[in-house]
Amino acid sequence: MKKRVVSLALALSMVAGLTACGGDAATEGSTDAAATGEISADAYLSSDTEGKVINIYCWNDEFRTRVEAVYDKVDHTSDDGTITYLTDGTEIHWTVNPNQDGVYQKKLDEALMNQADADADNKVDMFLSETDYVVKYTDAEADVAIPLTALGIDPETDLADQYDFTKTVASDANGIQRGSTWQACPCLFVYRRDIAQDTFGTDDPDEIHAKVADWDTMKASGEELKAKGYYTLATYADTFRAYGNSISAPWVEAGSTEINVDPQIVNWINDSKEWLDAGLIDGNIKGQWNDDWNKAMGSQSKVFGFLLPAWGIDFVLSPNWDGAEGSWAVTDGPQAFNWGGSFIHGCSGTDNPEHIKEIMLAVTADKDNLMKITNDYLDFTNTQSGMKEIAEDESFGADFLGGENPFKYFQPAASSIEMTTLSSYDQGCVELIQNSFSDYFQGQVDYDTAKANFERAIMERYPEITAVNWPE
Amino acid sequence: MKMGRTISKAKWGYLFILPFFLTYFIFSLIPLLDTVRYSFYEYYRSGLKTVGPNFVGFDNYVAVMGPDFFTYLKNTFILWIIGFIPQIVIALLLASWFVDARLKIKGEQFFKVVIYLPNLIMASAFAMLFFTLFSTSGPVNSILMNLGLAKAPIDFMGTATGTRLLIALMNFLMWFGNTTIMLMAAIMGISPDIFEAASIDGCTPRQSFFHITLPLIRPILTYTLITSLIGGLQMFDVPQILTNGQGNPNRSSYTLIMWLNNLLRAPDYGRAGALSVYLFIVSGILCLFVYKMVNGTDDEKKPRKKHK
Repeated sequence: MKKRVVSLALALSMVAGLTACGGDAATEGSTDAAATGEISADAYLSSDTEGKVINIYCWNDEFRTRVEAVYDKVDHTSDDGTITYLTDGTEIHWTVNPNQDGVYQKKLDEALMNQADADADNKVDMFLSETDYVVKYTDAEADVAIPLTALGIDPETDLADQYDFTKTVASDANGIQRGSTWQACPCLFVYRRDIAQDTFGTDDPDEIHAKVADWDTMKASGEELKAKGYYTLATYADTFRAYGNSISAPWVEAGSTEINVDPQIVNWINDSKEWLDAGLIDGNIKGQWNDDWNKAMGSQSKVFGFLLPAWGIDFVLSPNWDGAEGSWAVTDGPQAFNWGGSFIHGCSGTDNPEHIKEIMLAVTADKDNLMKITNDYLDFTNTQSGMKEIAEDESFGADFLGGENPFKYFQPAASSIEMTTLSSYDQGCVELIQNSFSDYFQGQVDYDTAKANFERAIMERYPEITAVNWPE
Repeated sequence: MKMGRTISKAKWGYLFILPFFLTYFIFSLIPLLDTVRYSFYEYYRSGLKTVGPNFVGFDNYVAVMGPDFFTYLKNTFILWIIGFIPQIVIALLLASWFVDARLKIKGEQFFKVVIYLPNLIMASAFAMLFFTLFSTSGPVNSILMNLGLAKAPIDFMGTATGTRLLIALMNFLMWFGNTTIMLMAAIMGISPDIFEAASIDGCTPRQSFFHITLPLIRPILTYTLITSLIGGLQMFDVPQILTNGQGNPNRSSYTLIMWLNNLLRAPDYGRAGALSVYLFIVSGILCLFVYKMVNGTDDEKKPRKKHK
């Protein structure tokens, strides 16, 4: 009898344990507070007292290093980089998921769906978003990113020195800003000095700019490089952002379920094919963010240059370069465009509004801090006056660029950027159109098959898409 | 009294298997039924908004059952068969060599471990490894070029055949050891008397393999074929990692489960559910077919035996 009781108890405890995990996540009803114009901070907070754990969702350690560099409350970070301890006893827990293939968004979306049911210490307090999908999270109806005013930040005064386009991008359709960024990401042409010397007899940025002033000139110069055995660019994906950034209308208009492929994208397809067939691009490198692309930035590579923003030089090019320091230089590319940008958002349902405000102001609004980030990481930071000063500072030079001051070129490029054609479908469209047309560039399929493959892939990624319209 | 004791023992038996059934019920059966239920609903997430569930009847089934379904089914089948044929042939050969008393292979245990090792590596890690090895700037290409066997780097993953062969090679490497060990157990289960008697009668090793070993290990062969077929239908991790989830070039290595994965990422529970139900039907039919094919002759023989 005793045995029976024991085993029954065991069995029951097991059942209890199992059912406890089986709770179904209730979907969150969105509040319409923002629509009424009156923004109350309380609507976004889950608790009146400041919590002890700040959960931050992001996709790499870029933001962490910036916080460590400028947030005065940071004490130290654990060796594995998952927890940062603050001097007031609060801990920042970093949840890192890769950006590619929509993995980060998927994990973040799951966490946001469970936000209402999660324990105070497990709620998402802050999250990051990239320009490709920032619109999805600043959406007024979704209401997951806390308006800055509700956190006690006034964009008009506190963020007055930021570039206007970064503020527009982080705002919802009603113009309410729901995020902030420490960087602006104008792109420049970064090239190898030794290859420039070998081919053109000069590595002077202004003279090289004349060689790449527009796409046709760049193509003609590409022939000279080819004669010497060099490639102008590494991959067809390298030019995508330049074309993709100058589309005349968003991929998907607000409220529509149809994708409009812009004529600029078709231009990219045609030009890429032309360049690849002409041998100006290395056909063996299929897209960015892979091993071949990384190797193209090494000293053994035959690739002349890359179109990169400031973070690209610090975060991508520099770690992959294995030659002497000072071998690279920057100049204006054929077109000014923006690539990337990490926005910081306070997450609805947080219990750490004070810390969010402090971190946001420290990392994105304080000019001294931003200049420190610029000096430490070569980031093009979000301070108009600071960037103007550094661009005019003759004494500033980056060792990696052979003492050249890149901000001389970044600063004017940033002021010409406009970002008005964003949609929440951008990441999928950008990834999948490059992927689908990769086969076409490689000569594996014809143009129409590549189109059909893109349509298939995009409708799998976004079930609500009903049609894809091509120009002509 | 005696009877009461028997019944009580049975109770204990049920009690002990109860945890399994409870776990199965909660973690497998309920989600399984939910999958079927949702396949009749429009139910997906768009951004942060959830659409549905709205009952739509068989709409999802119609949407999923297009020409694409058969293309991906064909891809899956090709990938499986070009990996499975070498796998079963090599496994049979190795198994019969290892257990053959006349060959007296030394270090049998060592080889058993070695051929099983690839199976211990995670499939995704294995695919990553192959992706790096066979990339255009990878070590395989540099070896080929240094040996003078190739003038320019070979783009292994740029062609449909190359990608498919790589996937088949990986599946072969991962699973032939497992199959060998299973078949060895089956062959060792055959009474040595039969082999002895056959060799006294002048039976050649080839004859004893085809006329004694093969017929007697048929149940295990069936089992291997069915498990491999189901595994093949569910082929996912290797092509997913190797082709970055797109089955490039031209979706020629795009399998049904990769499709399912892409649908679930949206996530579109409705269409993914309908696809799962189709997959269930397909694997059911295939299993029935294989089972009938391999065991069919047995059923015909049995009644005759009874007459004797």
